[in-house]
Amino acid sequence: MNFAWFVLPFSLGLFLLFILVIFKISFWVRQLPLRDRLLLNRGIFSFKIFKVIKEVIMESLLHRRIFKINPVLGFMHMSFAFGWFMLILVGNMESRLYAGTELNLPYYAIFFKYFVHQPLTIPFAEGFTFIMDFFLVLVLSGLLIALSKRIYSRVVGMKRTTKLKPFDVFAMLSLWFIFPFRLLAESMAAGMYHTGGFLTQPLGNFFAGFLPLGPLSYAMWWAYSIALGVFFVSLPYSRYMHIPTEIVLIAFRHFGIRRTKEYDMFKDVEVFSCSRCGICIDKCQLNTMAQVNTIQSAYFIKSIRKKNQQEAVVQNCLVCGRCQEFCPVGIKTDDLRLSQRMIFENREIADFHYLPQDVPVKTDILYFAGCMTHLTPSIKKAMLNILNSSGISYRFMDEDGSICCGRPLMLSGNNKDALKLMQTNKDIIRSSEAHTLVTSCPICLRVFREDYNLNINVVHHTQFIESMIAEGKISLENSGAKISYHDPCELGRGLGIYDEPRNVLSQTGVLLKNSLERKSSLCCGGSIANNQNYNLNKDKISQQVVAHLSAKEPDMIATACPLCKKSLVKYADIRVADIAELVSEQMVSNKADASRAEKKFNVESVEA
Amino acid sequence: MAKKVVVIGGGIAGMESSAYLAEMGYDVTLLEKEDCLGGHLRNWERLFPTMRLGQEVLDFLKLGVDTKVNVIRNANITKVNRIEKRFQVELDRGASFNADALLITTGYDTFDATKKEEYGYGIYDNVITSAELEKMFMEGKNIITPTGKVPKKIGIIHCVGSRDEKVGNVYCSKVCCVTAVKQAIELKEKLPEVEIYCFYMDLRMYGMHFEALYKEAQEKHAINFIRGRLSEASENMDQTVMIKVEDTLAGKPLKLSVDLLVLMVGFVPSKGTKEIGKMMGLEFGTNGFYKTKDQHTMTNVSNIQGVFFAGSCTAPKTITNTITDARAAATTVASYLESYDLEIRTKAFFQ
Repeated sequence: MNFAWFVLPFSLGLFLLFILVIFKISFWVRQLPLRDRLLLNRGIFSFKIFKVIKEVIMESLLHRRIFKINPVLGFMHMSFAFGWFMLILVGNMESRLYAGTELNLPYYAIFFKYFVHQPLTIPFAEGFTFIMDFFLVLVLSGLLIALSKRIYSRVVGMKRTTKLKPFDVFAMLSLWFIFPFRLLAESMAAGMYHTGGFLTQPLGNFFAGFLPLGPLSYAMWWAYSIALGVFFVSLPYSRYMHIPTEIVLIAFRHFGIRRTKEYDMFKDVEVFSCSRCGICIDKCQLNTMAQVNTIQSAYFIKSIRKKNQQEAVVQNCLVCGRCQEFCPVGIKTDDLRLSQRMIFENREIADFHYLPQDVPVKTDILYFAGCMTHLTPSIKKAMLNILNSSGISYRFMDEDGSICCGRPLMLSGNNKDALKLMQTNKDIIRSSEAHTLVTSCPICLRVFREDYNLNINVVHHTQFIESMIAEGKISLENSGAKISYHDPCELGRGLGIYDEPRNVLSQTGVLLKNSLERKSSLCCGGSIANNQNYNLNKDKISQQVVAHLSAKEPDMIATACPLCKKSLVKYADIRVADIAELVSEQMVSNKADASRAEKKFNVESVEA
Repeated sequence: MAKKVVVIGGGIAGMESSAYLAEMGYDVTLLEKEDCLGGHLRNWERLFPTMRLGQEVLDFLKLGVDTKVNVIRNANITKVNRIEKRFQVELDRGASFNADALLITTGYDTFDATKKEEYGYGIYDNVITSAELEKMFMEGKNIITPTGKVPKKIGIIHCVGSRDEKVGNVYCSKVCCVTAVKQAIELKEKLPEVEIYCFYMDLRMYGMHFEALYKEAQEKHAINFIRGRLSEASENMDQTVMIKVEDTLAGKPLKLSVDLLVLMVGFVPSKGTKEIGKMMGLEFGTNGFYKTKDQHTMTNVSNIQGVFFAGSCTAPKTITNTITDARAAATTVASYLESYDLEIRTKAFFQ
């Protein structure tokens, strides 16, 4: 029996870690509704488990998504996760082959070089020694990047990395110390017994020249074990809990566990899956453009985990979805944010008894402008002109003023009041028997699509215009004007509508490329989802977005959201227009009408 | 040889300060980008609170610059060089002017009301600005709406582009409240039957006689003043304008159709102010107007030694304030050029 006292910190730490992680996972599973628990059971014994395993390898070990976003950062995460995993895997194979038994205690593989003093007698012995050193080098290279990142984050292309609290630093240091101690312990063992590989052997020989290796290596084995033990015990309480949790999250996703709007177990698993890698921090415009640097998802998620949510942090977010788009773990940060807002805001306060209950005339197509479009009447006027000239029959649902679609209330967390408004609108839409609902505002569009369960075709006006062009109901003349297009958050990242606006715009003018578009597009700053953001901060964002959109000297900026238009127009020196306005101006029939009107006027003035 | 001063901008401030500097014996060149002097004053028929003609003030200012000031019209400045303590101002047609001191009087533009889209300017025909109404007065024609009707109901909206974070202007433009009162009275005098509703946030009748004018508007002319900010305007079928506003004293939402909606547009830094400032590296304050060296004691002094400000390029000002400021700027420039002992206080700011 191989034993040394120094294995105790490692062994106890591993045992505690095992207990705590099992306890946490069983808590999540027990809290799931019955239906979801059944899904989980069924999932584990289905082919879906292979998909889970594949994604765990690709994401938890190789960190493919981080590689895509930031290769250096991806390498850092991969070297730690994959390198360490391989050290454990190959080390276990090596030790088990050597001992000729499957029943080793876990510590035997970890401290193998302490127990074995002669050259290995297993097959591919040299190969094993090489591989073990190779993966140790991989982990150490990751460590070097991690260290540089802490000193100067731009090394890995990050303007900012996550700010850490003392306990985070403690857990991080215990992780960092594991590998240098392992290197020293194994090198010294190699120095004494010639058991090392391409890294540990020369280093061991070097140490042997001037150091008393016997007592020193024993101390290093202790240090190595203590670092491991400390890391294991601190893991469940630190951000490193993301390592086991991400596997649970991946399983939940593949097994189809349901998400709700409230803070549920799915969201709790997401919270523990956050590694605070900090990718969200640089993506947040409140940080990069308005110097608000305490509210980003990494910090916000930590505050949920610590049950220390501050209303000012929860509410101070544009809910633009940029961080969510780039989260390597795929955490739905927007949903998480809104679920927390419900804690503060979800109370019935409003009385909507005054809302009109009149039933509109039956129609096939309903047009809903929304309150923001009423505040940007040129969009409304343009849309009505397009609809009227196309000859289709439609009804203007909110001609005399809108009943709010409910999304502003939902964005502030007040879902209860939102539901009352939504019911009123739903009744109007249902009783009209329309098969298509057209909106000009992406904010309304999103809630109509995601929360109304209308079972009819709900489209944004850019989509409707595109289909009208395709059907030949309207035709456009290209003005040749250079256009810079701004993707609205709710339309783009929110609903994935990227192509239709571009298709329509490229028929009214020349669409310019822009380095931050589609899913990387910037938020205009005017988001109604943020009630903590002072106008000064919004303005800082809007100004920089306008500068970005104007960089290629376009003739105009086009967008597809009345709120974006309002935010951008404030600081633009060039025209800012909704796509509907440009379409209305470039309609061929419209042009003909205009020139006819002009001629008629000329005739009259001559006569006069 | 007399020291040289170049004054940039031939509005009220530029004209009055040029007149004083020339009379003090300096060689003054006044550069004006348009082909005549007077700036915005040329567009205002009558002035508050006296209702005298703007032309009378213009004539007074012209007398000051007629003889001793070298007036250059259609001047388009392309470059300003600084050579040690002197300046050289270059124009696009090749001319250039040397100066021992520069006085910037580039003034303001009226707020572009299309930026406040919910008020419908540029979208609905019967929404006009206070400047356009004044033009109607100036031309002396009958008051009719852009769609050709004699208005029976007129809405006047205060604070358009002023005190409004939503358009990025948080400051008060100072002249619009009393302009609204003045224009309402004039409308009422021309169309005694018309109903006029002024929508205000609060009425800033700070000037001498402003309050009296406001009282006259209510008592003599029965003009309605309603406290509340316009939320949105829309167009009715007959092209009248429907306005939605909350009467914040009665605590009731209000809908009203008017034949004509007049927007009291505020001050923004003029295009020239922005261009000259960027060209020379002059400091701008948070509101976009020039930043003066000290808000209380150095109101005509810029961040560049030898460059001074007068008039509404530093903040919105009434005509009275502008004339006073122009004369103050003239003495500040003279004090600098003559190195009066008082200048020690100014120079301390540049060390």
